[in-house]
Amino acid sequence: MRTYILRRLLQLIPLLLGITLLTFLLLKLAPGDFLSTMAENPQISAATLDAMRHRFGLDRPWWLQYALYLKNVVLHFDFGESFSRHQPVFVVLREGLANTLLLAISGAIITWGLAIPLGVWAGMKQYSAADKGLSLLAFLWLSVPEVLSGLLLLMLAARTGWFPVGGMRSLGYDDMDWIGRAGDLLRHLALPALTVGLIPLASRMRQMRGNLLDVLRLDYVTTARAKGLSETRVVFKHALRNALNPLITLFGFTLGALVSGSLVSEIIFAWPGLGRITLEALQTKDEYLVMGSVLMASVVLVAGNLIADLLLAVADPRIRYE
Amino acid sequence: MSEIAELTPTEAVPAATERAVKPPQSPARLFWRQLRRSPLAVVGGTLLVVFYALALFAPFVAPYAQDDMDRSRFFQPPDRVHWVEGGRLHMRPFLHPQSPAGDLQDFAYREGTAVAPVRWFVHGDRYRLFGLIPTDRHLFGTDPPQRIYLLGADAFGRDEFSRLLFGGQVSLTVGLVGIAISFTFGLLLGGVSGYFGGWVDTVIMRSTELLLTIPGLYLIIALRALFPVDLPSQQVYLGIVAILAFIAWAGLARVIRGMVLSIRREEYVAAAEALGMSRMRIIARHILPNTMSFVIVAATLTIPGYILGEVILSFIGLGVQEPAASWGNMLAQARSIRVLTSFPWLLYVPGIAIFLTVMAYNFLGDGLRDALDPRKVQGGPTG
Repeated sequence: MRTYILRRLLQLIPLLLGITLLTFLLLKLAPGDFLSTMAENPQISAATLDAMRHRFGLDRPWWLQYALYLKNVVLHFDFGESFSRHQPVFVVLREGLANTLLLAISGAIITWGLAIPLGVWAGMKQYSAADKGLSLLAFLWLSVPEVLSGLLLLMLAARTGWFPVGGMRSLGYDDMDWIGRAGDLLRHLALPALTVGLIPLASRMRQMRGNLLDVLRLDYVTTARAKGLSETRVVFKHALRNALNPLITLFGFTLGALVSGSLVSEIIFAWPGLGRITLEALQTKDEYLVMGSVLMASVVLVAGNLIADLLLAVADPRIRYE
Repeated sequence: MSEIAELTPTEAVPAATERAVKPPQSPARLFWRQLRRSPLAVVGGTLLVVFYALALFAPFVAPYAQDDMDRSRFFQPPDRVHWVEGGRLHMRPFLHPQSPAGDLQDFAYREGTAVAPVRWFVHGDRYRLFGLIPTDRHLFGTDPPQRIYLLGADAFGRDEFSRLLFGGQVSLTVGLVGIAISFTFGLLLGGVSGYFGGWVDTVIMRSTELLLTIPGLYLIIALRALFPVDLPSQQVYLGIVAILAFIAWAGLARVIRGMVLSIRREEYVAAAEALGMSRMRIIARHILPNTMSFVIVAATLTIPGYILGEVILSFIGLGVQEPAASWGNMLAQARSIRVLTSFPWLLYVPGIAIFLTVMAYNFLGDGLRDALDPRKVQGGPTG
């Protein structure tokens, strides 16, 4: 197991190198840089521009810039400086990443907290009205894009006033005690997290139902029933554990996908996450910030995949990575 | 095809004897029969035909041009078209023109008692149908200066219905063009990778891994940096298609590679090699056609992803720019709280269009999958 993890981590190195190189090349190929908007300002002299260009290293050939970037990342864990915010990239991104992870994990909790019970319920009552109704709903929900469900939830917030219409904190946040703060955060988190969590819900629920039905057909379940166990015991004690295995793998993958998925939610609900920062950085041509955030988002996705594989090994004794 | 159908009228033969007399049918015919049996696929397919036809005829069906503003109609609610008045059915539908009520800032409107008939095939803006035929006829309209806003007006007093149709031209075709590009690359690279193996395989597969490791929307945003934000709308359109195609080929290439790995061991491939066919020809003529049923289903189910890609890009302001319409930038108007509370049709109209399109593709894709599944025997219990 340990060697497996080590090998997986080593495989990440070329992948992450590739990601930084690709992002770097894309930004270098793009027309203009951070200073080109400044250059249009007549109040900034050519000498100042040159000085800044030199300071940010923009006057060097691209491969040298890339090499320096890599060196700083590896040796000093320094992801460069954000041109527009005058802060180290890592400091800017740390908070954004934390907010995005909070959103994505809350979303994942909503997804699985709903998908597993609903899927089990539909599977236990196969072909009943409830099962068919849920299937139809899930089928329709698959076609509702996140942009749309997010805007509908925003509309709910705007019309009822039950939830704040965006942001992460109320104005009086600093004056609240910790209970008030937690409540305030939850109220702000509810709708963005729901937007993120509802997207994969339909397909996860269908998968849960399908898995359970597959397992319920196996011989050992028949044996359990023949012993005279109650159906609840058969399902929850015997069938469910094996039916959950394929979903455990999906859990990790979903976590990665949710980081990408939370971008739309962040924009609709003005949630100060990684996605919003990336978008702003792109608009101001803040190269190192864009690179840093793409890199971080990718790391989360890779980590999600790794967690998925490890969770599966923990959950299923038949799987051993050698 | 029609001659054969006349000679063997299988459809008319009663079901009981059908199996006995039925001549062998071509795979294409079998496929159509299967597809038509799936009601969802028929619904999806029909919806799509209607949507694409509307987009194709957009300048004719739309009463106004997409950038035609009326400054006296900001946020005007949808006009209600009446067919009946005083219990009598009118031959010609009409509407009661709306006029501003109260403060200008409220954007409140009241229906008057005046009557404005809705006319068919009216003269309006000049345009070229299919970019060729110059004309000024529109399917319907009212006598100017009265206007008909079936789905209401947007923040600039433009007709939401007309913009929906013109926006459909962008949003609906992005998927088709994008899929054509990315699937060509995905098939070729996947085929080459699986057939040749070795370092070619390694290079291609490592590139796909790289693309699949970067979360989709972040990659889209990074790629979008390649083009200036304020490009002309046609170039933005091409840029969006290129970006989405660049991302989508990777996943397909990996699946195709796996399929090719198993197909290349088939005897007919060995036969083709023995006959001295060139390797690219073997890939193109003998291996890839065997992946077609998978590819068709995958393409149908991937197109919604492209449509949503354009929607999201335009929604966050990186896609199609005003005044050109797309479903994404129409939806962007619904980002404001004021619009959501007071002018909800600006959310419903593009939202429902997007929902129905995605749903239609999903229905059609599901139906196609069932119809192309060789394990489903025709005439069997499920067929």
